[in-house]
Amino acid sequence: MSRATLGWIVLSWVGFALLPWYGFDRTAVLTLTDYFVSGSALIHGLGGAWWLLPILVPLCMALAPVFRPAAQTNGNWLIASGLLGLALIVVQGFSIGLNGWMLDILRGLFGEPGPSQAGMGYGAALTATAFLIVLCHGLAAHGWCRGDAFVTSSIGVVIALIAVFVFFPVTTILASAFADNSGNFAPFEFFGKFMDRSIWGLDCLSSNLRCGVAWNTLFLGLLVGVGTTALGLAFALIATRTEFRFKKLLRVMSVLPIITPPFVIGLALILLFGRSGALSNVLWEWFGVPRSRWIYGLPGVLIAQLLAFTPIAFLVLIGVVQGISPTLEEASQTLRAKSWTTFWTVTLPLMRPGLANAFLLGFVESLADFGNPLVLGGNYEVLSTKIFFAVVGAQQDQGRAAVLSIILLAFTLGAFWLQHAWLGKKVYTTVTGKGDAGIPLPLPRRVALASYFTAIPWASFTVAVYAVIVVGAFVRSMGRDYTPTLEHFLTAFRVESSDSGFYFSGSAWDSFFATVKVAALSAPLTAAIGLLTAYLLTRQRFSGQRAFEFGTLLSFAIPGTVVGVSYILAFNVPPIEITGTGFILVMCFVFRNMPVGVRSGIATLSQIDKSLDEASLTLGAGSSTTMRRIVLPLLRPAIVASLVYSFVRAMTAVSAVIFLVTAEYNMATTYIVGRVEAGEFGLAIAYSTVLILVMLLAIVAIQLAVGERRLGRRSASTAPSPVAVQAVP
Amino acid sequence: MNKISSIHTLPRPGALKKQAASVQFRNVTKRYGNVTAVDDVSFTIEPGQLVTLLGPSGCGKTTTLRMIAGLEMASEGQILIGGRDVTNLSAADRDVSMVFQSYALFPHMSVLENVAYGPSVQGVSKKDAYEMAMEKLSLIGLKGLEKRAPSELSGGQQQRVAVARALVLEPQVLLFDEPLSNLDAKLRRRVREDIRELQQSLNLTVAYVTHDQEEALAVSDHIIVMSNARIAQTGAPRELYEEPANLFVADFIGDANIINGELVSIAGPMAQVSIGNLSLQLPHRNANQGTVKLAVRPDAILLDESAPIAGALTGTVRKASYLGTQVEYEVETAIGNLFVVQYGRKEPIAPGTPVSISFTTQRGVAIIPHA
Repeated sequence: MSRATLGWIVLSWVGFALLPWYGFDRTAVLTLTDYFVSGSALIHGLGGAWWLLPILVPLCMALAPVFRPAAQTNGNWLIASGLLGLALIVVQGFSIGLNGWMLDILRGLFGEPGPSQAGMGYGAALTATAFLIVLCHGLAAHGWCRGDAFVTSSIGVVIALIAVFVFFPVTTILASAFADNSGNFAPFEFFGKFMDRSIWGLDCLSSNLRCGVAWNTLFLGLLVGVGTTALGLAFALIATRTEFRFKKLLRVMSVLPIITPPFVIGLALILLFGRSGALSNVLWEWFGVPRSRWIYGLPGVLIAQLLAFTPIAFLVLIGVVQGISPTLEEASQTLRAKSWTTFWTVTLPLMRPGLANAFLLGFVESLADFGNPLVLGGNYEVLSTKIFFAVVGAQQDQGRAAVLSIILLAFTLGAFWLQHAWLGKKVYTTVTGKGDAGIPLPLPRRVALASYFTAIPWASFTVAVYAVIVVGAFVRSMGRDYTPTLEHFLTAFRVESSDSGFYFSGSAWDSFFATVKVAALSAPLTAAIGLLTAYLLTRQRFSGQRAFEFGTLLSFAIPGTVVGVSYILAFNVPPIEITGTGFILVMCFVFRNMPVGVRSGIATLSQIDKSLDEASLTLGAGSSTTMRRIVLPLLRPAIVASLVYSFVRAMTAVSAVIFLVTAEYNMATTYIVGRVEAGEFGLAIAYSTVLILVMLLAIVAIQLAVGERRLGRRSASTAPSPVAVQAVP
Repeated sequence: MNKISSIHTLPRPGALKKQAASVQFRNVTKRYGNVTAVDDVSFTIEPGQLVTLLGPSGCGKTTTLRMIAGLEMASEGQILIGGRDVTNLSAADRDVSMVFQSYALFPHMSVLENVAYGPSVQGVSKKDAYEMAMEKLSLIGLKGLEKRAPSELSGGQQQRVAVARALVLEPQVLLFDEPLSNLDAKLRRRVREDIRELQQSLNLTVAYVTHDQEEALAVSDHIIVMSNARIAQTGAPRELYEEPANLFVADFIGDANIINGELVSIAGPMAQVSIGNLSLQLPHRNANQGTVKLAVRPDAILLDESAPIAGALTGTVRKASYLGTQVEYEVETAIGNLFVVQYGRKEPIAPGTPVSISFTTQRGVAIIPHA
């Protein structure tokens, strides 16, 4: 028996007998003894909470191997103890809630209301974790995963986290869709809500009425998918196949939207084209074009999403265009094909999977986008905003929100499934290990012209939009009063010095600090869990690996609004009651952004020879030492990528967190959305520019802190870090 | 490895040198899903021996080696190292080191850090670990290069760093996974001799995987030939070459002409075999009377173009290739086409020449049992 196993057995006892079993930090200030011994499960158990006492059985079972360290059956004892312990904690947690029995059967058997208990706290969390790891150590002793306790424990922990923070909320939302508002099973109500006219109605085809929200969402998604793919292709062709002079600028423009909070573009469009927008004014004063509200609705949302998601299509397609072997085009030319024919019959067909990929990404992004429809949607409703208003609006209809979430989830999962099933099998890779001496063909004239005519106006438009963002922050009121001012920054970020030191009196400081705190906490956690998962997926072999991979990537396909709704449904009641804490925000970000860590980890790890790990193992280093001394130093690019990504996403996300914020933990983005709704555009824009600046600084800081990986002389020629390009629902 | 001769005078900071250990497989099977990579394999590697696992790619030899290292876990059966059951021990807990095909030198560490990695993860202080590493580096003749990054070394030097790194913990068993496959042909011969010399002077137990039968014959005390996840034959190099146990081994080790013969009678250990109109005395190797298959090495066939003897086996030379040290022929005969190698400075026989054929029976011709 190893020291680590012993340590976890001790911790399971600590969690049970010393730490407070219930509640995270709800009650008033506790004294030290309150905090330690008296709130523990053991004291509660002896004092009436009898359902906690059976947990003593597995705790004692785990002691058997401690006292007979040499016995052959130790593995079995550990497995049994871990399984029983986890089962008991889960069963008691789900059968006894705040208001007594949670299940009808128990209510019927033992009468109402039954015993009650609050949500689990540190003690319960520690004991459950310890049981899980004891179980994994037991499995390792049985030779699972080459007898490596570190690997089995890692797999166990990742599975448990995904079960709690991905599958549990998703199941809850499914269950709640099939229930009425008092929580009883009501399948007919589900069908009633599901088939509702406001979702699937097709009235807009026959009359002037509005179409169902599901059709609206799909229509918008298709338009955005086609638009971003076309624009992205034009940009990619210009960047790779022409002598265009400002290619660097294209690169910069492709990064900008990643660090722009999603609704800021919508905001800029309002400032340009709104009723009192800068451009509307010009049109009215010079040409007599009447001001109107045309930007609110489908056109506005479409333009905003095209602006926001074209760079993603560009990043995908530039890889695809570069990946086409020039030799193939040269072969086509030597067979007497003209350059237009070559483009049409060789180049374009080879790009087909890339185009489909870009289209699906644009489609999914549009479906999941929440900020732009919220700001610009007007009467054009889409699923993500409809879900939001079903939860926070006047109706307060959770069941309806759940049904809408399921429809949205079905759309995005469908798109991902299509991508996987259709593209996963086709191999169009034309870059091989062999040297390719070909030179890419210059674009046929027509294609080049078409690209220029789409890309250049669009690029200048993007530049204009960003100019508005910067200008808007420094003038009194965009469109009406162009007096330069720092007023917005002062309102938001005023710092007064008083006798007792500095006082952050600006209205934005609270949300700013909360955001930075949550982002700074979630980024390293995301990177750690993501890279650990990538390591398990690429370097270990265990049964159920495919299911494991699916589980880790699932949270990616779930739109933010759905995540938000499912989290409040799942974590608002015991056994896991964490709404209103900063913890739920951190966990939400960790599991929404983890797949990026997984992908970039997998990409980097598959470039690193597996025998390096094995060499370390045969030299007597355990898996955890190998991870620390060999894998992590070589993984630096992936670490940077996932740290940057998760930090940035945590700073800019709005869809999921808008459900989870509280007065104490208000996030920057939700604060800005609030300002937009209150019409304080200047303040919102000023705050957004500050956020963009902070993110740029953070990216540089992360680069410096993690550093380059040292590969001797070869470092000069190593591949650039794989910046993950992903769909970000 | 040019300083091997000085090994016994080197100071040894560690305690007593560990004894070489035996490796034993008892009915070991390894499955991946439905695929059986290693099927019910049993063998023993005696302490201080160099044993080669030889076979075509996909025969399970590398899986077997990785099971000794603990990088793969046996699905069934028992693995013992030095008499101790290690079947369920992880690689880190086994006293085994491995030299990888790709060398697997850690690219973010210098040569010295690479070699010192083993002791330093075992908790040896940095100073002692570096001392141990320097000792091994000087043993293999790389002193002076310890500050370099692995990528700044030549292929042969990288290979020696990998060997030094594997030796530094003085493991009970040292494993080589196709260590020469990334070296050019000339260097290969030298390095394999160095490995053999090192193994003998340090009295190491070594398991060595290769698909190159010449390399296996040159370095091994013992060869385990594997085919289709099973052991086809084990034995000393000479046994395998001269007394192949089955068709696979006869064909795989060296070139062999497989020809049909008729076992006429058995007398003591010898049998009377007739091939066409030739008659040979060969060890019977438990073959029964009737048709038998014979493995005839290309250099055990003698060609005589001067005067075809009446009654002897005759044929016609179809092709002749001159290869410097030898001449290779394809000869068409009544018992099939034969592949013949002639050594020595003789004028090549021109294609189309009729020749008479005879066999040397002392070595190079053997009955293949059960074929």
